[in-house]
Amino acid sequence: MSFALSPGPLAGKRILVAKPGLDGHDSGAKVIALALRDAGAEVIYTGLRKTPEFIVRVALDEDVSAVGLSILSGSHKELAREVLDGLRAAGAGDIPVFVGGTIPPEDAAGLLAAGVKGVFTNDMPLAQMIAELARALA
Amino acid sequence: MSAVAKPGARQSQPERRVATPSGIEVPVVVTREMAGGADPELPAAYPFTRGIFADGYRGRPWTIRQYSGFGSAEESNQRYRFLLDQGQTGLSVALDLPTQCGYDPDDPMARPEIGKVGVSLFSLSEMETLFADIDLGAISTSFTINGTAAIIYAMYLAAADKQGVPREKLTGTIQNDILKEYVARGTWIFPVRPSLRLIADSILYSNEVSPRFNAISIAGAHVRDAGCTAVEEMAYTLANGLAYVDELIRRGGDLTRFARRLSFFFYVHMDLFEEAAKFRAGRRLWAKLLRERYGVTDDKALHFRFGVVCGGSSLVAAQPYNNIVRVAIENMAAVLGGAQSIFTCAYDEAFQIPTEFSAEIALRTQQIVQHESGIAATVDPLGGSYYVEWLTDRMEQGMLEVMAEINAYGGVVKAIEDGWLQRRIAVRAKQKKDQTDRGERVVVGQNQFRREAQADSYGEVFRLDPQISARVLAKHAALKRTRDAARVARSLAALEAAAAAAADDRNLMPLLVECCHAYATVGEMVNCLKRCWGEFQEPVRL
Repeated sequence: MSFALSPGPLAGKRILVAKPGLDGHDSGAKVIALALRDAGAEVIYTGLRKTPEFIVRVALDEDVSAVGLSILSGSHKELAREVLDGLRAAGAGDIPVFVGGTIPPEDAAGLLAAGVKGVFTNDMPLAQMIAELARALA
Repeated sequence: MSAVAKPGARQSQPERRVATPSGIEVPVVVTREMAGGADPELPAAYPFTRGIFADGYRGRPWTIRQYSGFGSAEESNQRYRFLLDQGQTGLSVALDLPTQCGYDPDDPMARPEIGKVGVSLFSLSEMETLFADIDLGAISTSFTINGTAAIIYAMYLAAADKQGVPREKLTGTIQNDILKEYVARGTWIFPVRPSLRLIADSILYSNEVSPRFNAISIAGAHVRDAGCTAVEEMAYTLANGLAYVDELIRRGGDLTRFARRLSFFFYVHMDLFEEAAKFRAGRRLWAKLLRERYGVTDDKALHFRFGVVCGGSSLVAAQPYNNIVRVAIENMAAVLGGAQSIFTCAYDEAFQIPTEFSAEIALRTQQIVQHESGIAATVDPLGGSYYVEWLTDRMEQGMLEVMAEINAYGGVVKAIEDGWLQRRIAVRAKQKKDQTDRGERVVVGQNQFRREAQADSYGEVFRLDPQISARVLAKHAALKRTRDAARVARSLAALEAAAAAAADDRNLMPLLVECCHAYATVGEMVNCLKRCWGEFQEPVRL
């Protein structure tokens, strides 16, 4: 489902919020989706239990400005890598990928090195996350 | 609601509104009049506000039940034996996501998640290893399992059979509450209605063969941790509970008999008195609902028995050692509310699998509360407190209002199938996050009282053995080579034929137990049922 709302820092952006893998904790993903929408973005939320291949396909089909992956099961390294590889293989390596969830600080550095554009944890204020996204997508 | 002004009483900032996290406005002081009449209600008497046992914790202390399990069955077995040696009184098994969602380890969906958030139990072979040298007749075991609960329960029965332990000696719990999985937590597999059938099958079968085992633990914990308030947590849970009661009655269950085995499970977050009052109000309301709506009179069937978990999303990564203090306060709230079993999260639990160090502190916290604090010396020590009695009444009222909204929508099953309840919780979660961001909800060390250059280190980090996945896959492949393939095929065919039948009056449990004895895998059993029932289609409404 998708919405276009009033102008905001993310007006005109289409953002895919995705839940890869089997992790069922979707509260964070939904909070982020609502916050992105409040900031003016058009949000596509996948729902639970999507494969990296599915997420890559939706990102391409919907021509999104960014992909946000929400992962709380500890499988962030594998799943983020598969999405990044899939996008690159499809020639869409320029679509920025962000990761949110329970990410230990030392893993965040590894994700960034692997090509993830930003890592957000649940103690980050939403306004700060929106500002970082807006800067990255400007 | 405002405080009663008394001549000479100091008026402190009368314009400042103070409310509990559920939004109940709190008076500066609660008087005897506001708290209602002096109520002579005693524990163990209907409607059980003060508890279900006349002697409270003096007769039976709460069960200290720490949730753990990770990696392979061998490693979890070692951790369990360590915890039992340390004085833990019950086991609580965490299962990995493939087991919870019904995928075998070699399924592409499963591979990244094998052994990550719990132990992989893909067949009876793993269950046997998990409980090696642990007498199933002597411990109580709780499984946090829902989508595949009937299968894991069948596997537990099969494991007991193998150990030679009579099934009627088994004690423990399977969570088996699918309704809240659709709303939060997300380990659903089948559509709502066949899932309810499977739950009724397991409860009715358990009543027959393992009458001391709790075949369901109706859980508010996960919707709470996903963002809803304490009042909503209890209201949604009681509404789900009534939906199960209706389903069991439809299936011909004996209400008094199955109601005696229903149990509940909640989160405890940080507002000490609201949390304690939540349990007092919920215990009273459940008894009233069963008595007034269904005519239940048996005391044991009216008893609201519950376990809790302290921590979860109330714990934060900033200055993680502060979480030890939070968990201790929540532990006390649970005791003041009369919990039957308590799990205290380790201070690093919200971010990683606890280390042995952090897990031991969590266990010791409970032992300090139980043996040093004096909190368990008398029944319901808050009983008669003007504030707590007043708050208990307000919360009960709030719960009834939320339940009425669900009814007005068309009941919980419809509210879940349509995604209405899911959306309400998402909106609440966003509100809570906004309140935290604005500093209206104080989180010490995170949004207030931070130090410059604060180092938020967890200390030691638990790392799963990276070879786990390969070992589990190898065991799975070996099992498939060595088991009796004909018996597997026979047992699965019988299961599928029974599940495909139009009438749902045949209990599938004996067939699942036979599949387990044959060493059929969880994925194989789930796939049989998926072919008959399909899969839940998640309504995505934001």
